[in-house]
Amino acid sequence: MSKLLTVSPSPHVHSSDSTQKIMYRVIYAMIPALIWSVFMFGIDALRVTLIAVAACVAFEYLIQKYLMKVTPSVTDGSAIITGILLAFNVPSNLPWWIILIGAMAAMGIGKLSFGGLGSNIFNPALVGRVFLLLSFPVQMTSWPGIKMAAVDAVSTATPLALIKESVKNGVPIAKIEGLPGLGDLAIGMNAGSLGEVSALLLVLGGIYMIWKKVITWHIPVSILATVLVFSGIFWGINPEMYVNPAFHIMTGGLMLGAIFMATDMVTSPMNPKAQIIYGIGIGLITISIRMFGAYPEGISFAILIMNAVTPLLNYYIKPKRFGGQ
Amino acid sequence: MLKTFKIGGVHPPENKLSKDRKIEVLSIPSAVFIPVAQHIGAPSTPVVKKGDKVKVGQVIAQSSSFVSTNIHSSVSGTVKKVDFSADSSGYPKQGIFIDVEGDEWMEDIDRSETLVKDISVDGAEIVKKIQECGIVGLGGATFPTHVKLVPPKGMKAEVLLINGVECEPYLTSDHRLMLEKADEILVGIQLLMKAMNVDKAVIGIENNKPDAIQLLSEKCKTVAGVSVVALKVQYPQGGEKQLINAVTGHEVPSGALPIAVGAVVSNVGTAFAVYEAIQKNKPLFERVVTVTGKGVSKPSNFLVRVGTATSELVEAAGGLPENTGKIISGGPMMGRAISSLDIPVTKGTSGILLMKEEESKREEIIACIRCSRCVSVCPMGLEPYLLMTLGEKQIYDRAESERVMDCIECGSCSYTCPSNRPLLDYIRFGKGKVGQIIRSRKK
Repeated sequence: MSKLLTVSPSPHVHSSDSTQKIMYRVIYAMIPALIWSVFMFGIDALRVTLIAVAACVAFEYLIQKYLMKVTPSVTDGSAIITGILLAFNVPSNLPWWIILIGAMAAMGIGKLSFGGLGSNIFNPALVGRVFLLLSFPVQMTSWPGIKMAAVDAVSTATPLALIKESVKNGVPIAKIEGLPGLGDLAIGMNAGSLGEVSALLLVLGGIYMIWKKVITWHIPVSILATVLVFSGIFWGINPEMYVNPAFHIMTGGLMLGAIFMATDMVTSPMNPKAQIIYGIGIGLITISIRMFGAYPEGISFAILIMNAVTPLLNYYIKPKRFGGQ
Repeated sequence: MLKTFKIGGVHPPENKLSKDRKIEVLSIPSAVFIPVAQHIGAPSTPVVKKGDKVKVGQVIAQSSSFVSTNIHSSVSGTVKKVDFSADSSGYPKQGIFIDVEGDEWMEDIDRSETLVKDISVDGAEIVKKIQECGIVGLGGATFPTHVKLVPPKGMKAEVLLINGVECEPYLTSDHRLMLEKADEILVGIQLLMKAMNVDKAVIGIENNKPDAIQLLSEKCKTVAGVSVVALKVQYPQGGEKQLINAVTGHEVPSGALPIAVGAVVSNVGTAFAVYEAIQKNKPLFERVVTVTGKGVSKPSNFLVRVGTATSELVEAAGGLPENTGKIISGGPMMGRAISSLDIPVTKGTSGILLMKEEESKREEIIACIRCSRCVSVCPMGLEPYLLMTLGEKQIYDRAESERVMDCIECGSCSYTCPSNRPLLDYIRFGKGKVGQIIRSRKK
């Protein structure tokens, strides 16, 4: 036989799945929430998203090509996800240059300084978001009125900020004016960062990702359950000072964080047991920050803190071995 | 719900192209090369020399220790030479070259098709005969069968599990054998049960072979202690530990043999070989081999004499497709890519898979995104991403404590990795090194 045969070790077949496909499935899962944000905040939402995505892709390309001198890997789709998530985490009226800075922090500091895809410890979009929150606190917490305004929902404070402020001033929760109802929160008729407002559409995206095996239920469910239980205890003790658990779950980007950001594969633990511990940690830290911390919302910080714990969880928590210990 | 093993697993496309093709007897080649190491354990010692006349079924290489077995001539003719040539591992291995003359069998072999049901020998004799007849596990592992049947001191076998799973994609040799030789297999199972002194045997068959499940279930009704269990299609269910887990629910402890949970596993092909050895006095020198692949014009199941060159099988299945890029001895998940068509069929060859050029190359490796799919599919509950890194970075002590030696090399991790990372390559490398370290520690 004249032709040479390929010789390689087994296995000789490969599943049809690829990292790129996984990334694009995450992007598809975010589309309903993105459409809703345009519906709610107008074309500004699209502007912010496009700038963020373009900037993240561009920064990844430029940094990889000119600073790291490696073949740019922008086609894998992960930079697009970071861009969309960054946009989802900022108000829709954010000036373009702040978005650029956020994208640079996300890609440069959050991702590429660790070596790029797969090597980063912290969720890049959250690094970008927190960087902006600390650098531009005013712009990052000035929420635009809702275009789809339902009567008096033109409030520019997020529901959680409103509660935090009022409770500090001694106003019981029942008396706070302008709080959206749970129905509005579920659909997304409230102020906030552009991707965080509609709990239902985020859940829809999550179900799609679980169905497509992009993520498993462990992280989102353990976060939501922890928040439910933990905030429920406080609410049960004093409903005047602490808002009900359903409110917690549907506000402050909790759904966005639990479904799309805590589940980031790169920065979350590698086996179900560790993932559940990670999720419980995020839930506890989130509610602690919301109730006792300086910020009205806490999930970004909670996820970043638990990201830092992830290597430790991977080290100590092992999957169930076949044949016991 | 159908039974299956509890941890991990994947389900690659089954591609059982040859499942409806009856077993055909492949014509005897003009020459064979029979390696003396076709089994796990010590290679056998050649007992023939150049110029010797041999008959079909004659011992040509003798077992050299307990974990070893005899090799028999698969043809009649003249020994051309005893020399080295490549087997499916790619390395030159000692073996016996025989030029075929006619087809003269040893006189004591019963060549009739009559089914012999009555078992007239006792357990010890069965074990002895199995050893003499060179029977090894025909599922692919080729572990000498007689060794399995003699449990270590203090251990007792309780159940015989018969592996009719054939979880490898493409392969159909066991499937066909179950359909065409069901009665013989059942007698073989009874012989094994007698040898092991157990009164229970379970045949595990995956649910993608409903005809085999039905046929054997029907026939089992008249055989005491033997039953069939249908299993959910899930790779690597044919792995010994996975099959035990699927059928009995037990987990073989890390580092232990199946006998630790009272089980002994044998393949349906092995059961058939045992039948032939005991009832027909026929040593193991031929087996069923599937020849298949998407480009193969006639995917087939052949009864092949050991030592036949791969090229003969490929010819019989319609010739080598133009765009063949890779030839695999075995299935696509655990088989070995061979470098030439001269490589002979041995006792462990369950199939020859021809892959097209475009199926032969691996895809570009990209960064691990820590999606943990490798962890979730690992049937041994290991962390392949970690073991790969430990192998790559040569951190062997940690690899050992992360139980790299438990890896059964099923390839589910590499199969599933969305970044096309060669997980198993590095794990195998690390496993080899750790194995060396463990052995040197024992000395």
